[in-house]
Amino acid sequence: MSSKAPSSEARIQVRGLSKRYEVEGERAGLLSEAIVRRLRHPLRGQKESFWALQDVNLEVGPGEVLGIIGKNGAGKSTLLKVMSRITEPTSGEVELRGRLGSLLEVGTGFHPELTGRENVFLNGAILGMRKPEIQRQFDEIVDFAGIDRFLDTPVKRYSSGMYVRLAFAVAAHLSSEILVVDEVLAVGDIEFQKKCLGKMHSVASRAGRAVVFVSHNMNAVRDLCTRGVVLDSGRVVHDGETVDALHCYVDLHQHRSTAPGVFVLEDRTNNDDHEGRLYLAKLVVEDADGPTATLRTGRPAAITVHCEGLPKPDEVFTRFHLRNELNEIVLASDTRMAGPDAEVSGQVVTFDLEQLPLLPGRYFIDVGLGMKKTRAVLDQVASAGTFEVSRDDQYGADYQQYPQDGSIYLAPRWRQGTAAATPPVTPRGG
Amino acid sequence: MTVSEEVARPERGQVFHLVIRPTGGWRSLDLREVWRYRGLLGAMTRRDITLRYRQTALGVGWVVLQPLLAAGILSFVFGQIARFESDGVPYVVFAYTGVIGYNAFSSTLTFMSTCLVTNAALVSKVYFPRIILPLAQIGSKLVDFAVALVLYLVLNLAFGVGFHLSMLTLPVWMALAYGMALGLGLLTSAANVSYRDVGYIVPVVLPLLLYLAPVAYGIEEVPTNLRAVYRLNPLVGMINGFRWCLLGRGSLELGSTVYAIVFTVLIIVGGTLYFRAHERRFADVI
Repeated sequence: MSSKAPSSEARIQVRGLSKRYEVEGERAGLLSEAIVRRLRHPLRGQKESFWALQDVNLEVGPGEVLGIIGKNGAGKSTLLKVMSRITEPTSGEVELRGRLGSLLEVGTGFHPELTGRENVFLNGAILGMRKPEIQRQFDEIVDFAGIDRFLDTPVKRYSSGMYVRLAFAVAAHLSSEILVVDEVLAVGDIEFQKKCLGKMHSVASRAGRAVVFVSHNMNAVRDLCTRGVVLDSGRVVHDGETVDALHCYVDLHQHRSTAPGVFVLEDRTNNDDHEGRLYLAKLVVEDADGPTATLRTGRPAAITVHCEGLPKPDEVFTRFHLRNELNEIVLASDTRMAGPDAEVSGQVVTFDLEQLPLLPGRYFIDVGLGMKKTRAVLDQVASAGTFEVSRDDQYGADYQQYPQDGSIYLAPRWRQGTAAATPPVTPRGG
Repeated sequence: MTVSEEVARPERGQVFHLVIRPTGGWRSLDLREVWRYRGLLGAMTRRDITLRYRQTALGVGWVVLQPLLAAGILSFVFGQIARFESDGVPYVVFAYTGVIGYNAFSSTLTFMSTCLVTNAALVSKVYFPRIILPLAQIGSKLVDFAVALVLYLVLNLAFGVGFHLSMLTLPVWMALAYGMALGLGLLTSAANVSYRDVGYIVPVVLPLLLYLAPVAYGIEEVPTNLRAVYRLNPLVGMINGFRWCLLGRGSLELGSTVYAIVFTVLIIVGGTLYFRAHERRFADVI
């Protein structure tokens, strides 16, 4: 594990934590059904189970903001649920030093018929705040949410933005030493999200607090967290620097690469989205010299998708997305864009980029197949392949790249403007 | 819920220290934990009372109307058609004193049995002692009871029933009504998490109990050879007690009263144990 505060001072210590869920029989059913089942199979118990967490060990020290990332079903939420005592571990233990408060999904514990004022007290109580504690911070909460004019209006009349702001404001004023935040920043406008992130920064830096943050928003994780943990199938596969965690997370999505630039998609299990059969077989990333894992800005590149067993290749379209390290789609293309006359349906299709318009960095390719007529998805693979755009003096100007440069490469066509009317733009060179 | 050890470390003053471990078997009620969350119990109770009495003018009206209507119909059927005895008071008042006790029990139990499922979002998102939810149902039902009691005083004065020392025993009968409702409410609410039909069974069974208890008629109307079986219903002692207490006439049956008290204690203990044993699975199943 990575360097951390000495364990006696840690706010949260997770030791050998495992959690098993029963797949069947654990869900709500009917008593009558259960009785009938018991009568029919008096001895058979429902045994099928899976491990949502397996031997998880973690520490979160005071002042730390731990980001937990992982695919859906990796166990992130289960871990938070065990920490916040909503569900019991199957084995192992969690030791907490300090009160734990959770930032809830927006509106949990809000009642639409109650006024803003009443909901602040109700929600505060649900989050574990005492009444004097809420009273003391009441003005600050209302001020933070910016809803003072509507304090005595039932929240059912609030806009969704106001609702979110009030809910967050209450939780942000929790005075617990440990704060758990599960994917709540997905809602609300950008302005308020920034305010929330800022508030969380100050929450964490206030003496000795620990924050555990789960999000699919990689930007938020990168900006906010001092450490990152990656969960995969209930296990910790990375614990360390946030940036490394983000890299590790994107690597998890990757498929087996048999040679640089060649990604075999055949031995997929059922964890990817697809309808019935698997058709996507292989993905190849090439430059002018053949398959490669590294491309260069402004140079030719090609992406080839190989399919197998397509029943009617003519009726199928292929598309792909390119995503950057922050999980943002930077560009996409689709065989249907080539028009109905272009004969690009089939078992193997290639997309040519004459000049790769991407800046240095890591990129991921999602591919998908669909029916032209119905637009139904036949098969799709997220992060089927990946490539690196190598660091390169693409501008020929000895320029140092900033993170804010984005992902798209544009030729730097700058010219000197004049105070007088500007002449029409003419490309320099040709 | 999942607390197996909780120590306030003296050297650090107020620092909250908690170890979460798997627990097993039957667990007793952690009263200290419930006490720590008394603020939440208060807030939930206030929420229910506010919602019930603010939303509609009819909301309050309904609280008054419902027992009055029930008593009216019962007195029509049993007093006018069947012509049962009513201890020398107008049949409406006689029936009303039964309805008051029956309602205290049945309306509380009805809301308790579904309270975990209606608050599923909270149960699966936030920690608090789950027993807070059924307990929070009692407050607003007590307010309903108070309203019904005021109405009884009006009836009492209007029909000249008079006031008696027996009225001082009211807390005993209330404790029985709410205690039985709580014990059964803990059982049914926990069962309802796993088996959703429990929530439908309760409102079907409750009205049947209305006729199997001395709500609309006195125990004297029950044939003597059936009384032993009849008294197996623990509601008999409780409702008979309410009537004796409010009317100041009739007889207080010692046997059925003691039986009701024993039943109440046992069902609270049993309900609590069942609730606590199943509590740890609520969030996974709900």
